[in-house]
Amino acid sequence: MNTEQPMEDRLWDYIDGLSSPAEHSAVETLIAANLQWSRKYRELLDVHQLLAGSELEAPSMRFTKNVMEEIARHHVAPATTTYVNKNIIRSIGAFFISMIAGLLIYCFAMIKWSGGSSSSSNLISSYSTSLEKKLPLEKINWEKLFSSSYVTAFMLIAVVSGLVLLDLYLQRKKQQVS
Amino acid sequence: MTYKELTDTEIIKRVLQGEQALYAQLVLRYQSYVFTLVLRFTDNREDAEEISQDIFVKAYRSLADFRGDAKFSTWLYTIVRTSCITFLRKKRLPTASLDNEKTLMQVESRESDIGANLIEQKSRHAMLNAAIGLLSPNDSQLLNLFYKGEQSLEEIGRIMGLDPNTVKVKLHRARNRLREKIETHFSYAVQELSGHDGI
Repeated sequence: MNTEQPMEDRLWDYIDGLSSPAEHSAVETLIAANLQWSRKYRELLDVHQLLAGSELEAPSMRFTKNVMEEIARHHVAPATTTYVNKNIIRSIGAFFISMIAGLLIYCFAMIKWSGGSSSSSNLISSYSTSLEKKLPLEKINWEKLFSSSYVTAFMLIAVVSGLVLLDLYLQRKKQQVS
Repeated sequence: MTYKELTDTEIIKRVLQGEQALYAQLVLRYQSYVFTLVLRFTDNREDAEEISQDIFVKAYRSLADFRGDAKFSTWLYTIVRTSCITFLRKKRLPTASLDNEKTLMQVESRESDIGANLIEQKSRHAMLNAAIGLLSPNDSQLLNLFYKGEQSLEEIGRIMGLDPNTVKVKLHRARNRLREKIETHFSYAVQELSGHDGI
């Protein structure tokens, strides 16, 4: 690693006014006492001053007039929030949630609950026995079902989408906090 | 109170209420900022002016979407960026292989032309713009946003979808690369300028 890097970073922070008061005075002392720091500071300060003192490019004299002539033919469009119906978005969300919930309920219903022998599970046991009669689980080839590339792709998309959504949520939360 | 004393948000509010002419104040305030940013993408003043004009028209049409939770310049920059990217996608820029000897000669002559031109102009401003022009679009945008747009690290981060600390690191690197470009391509011009007013 370049040994000058931390020095440059600290000097840039000092020049930009981003360092803490303690760090600010520490860097100030280093600039005053150390020739290498002082030389590097001058060097970076030159670049900073060059950039800070630079002028913006100006467009032609008629620019504002051209824009105003152009916008005279336009109207301000209504805000997006006024024509995007939140109820539609909510109903789409509700549809997907109900689909997932339905799938989960179906999966739970497929589980064989008759493992326990306690009296409290009698009701569930009787229900699962009747369900077993209706749906012979042993006949379903689970191995084939879960090894299919479609299921794998679906699971992969679901996991990636979940991670993307989690990332977006965390980023938004972080921005709100900052 | 004159129009010049009005804040951006006040102007926008009044434009939305129907005072269309007040939009000229916003154009006047930000035309150089937008034009400079666009010029970094296009490298051509005519194209830059056309795109900048288009940006202000787009901004006017979408003005009702400006919520005021960020600076107007920050919001405007998002339009600048999308417009420039669209322009670059539409316009197929001529490309040439760097392995080609002829291309390398052209690049070298371009750089020496810039140097020669600078010595004639003896202009710090021209040298800086030429050096920024040699940086990558991302580096030059970052420098423009920080120095010319006067955006904070947080605002730049929001625009670019980056963490403020990442922006800080990228800014340090961009300035270092700019320094290297100046030293490599404009050392003679720097010496000339130092002789006059000291850089």
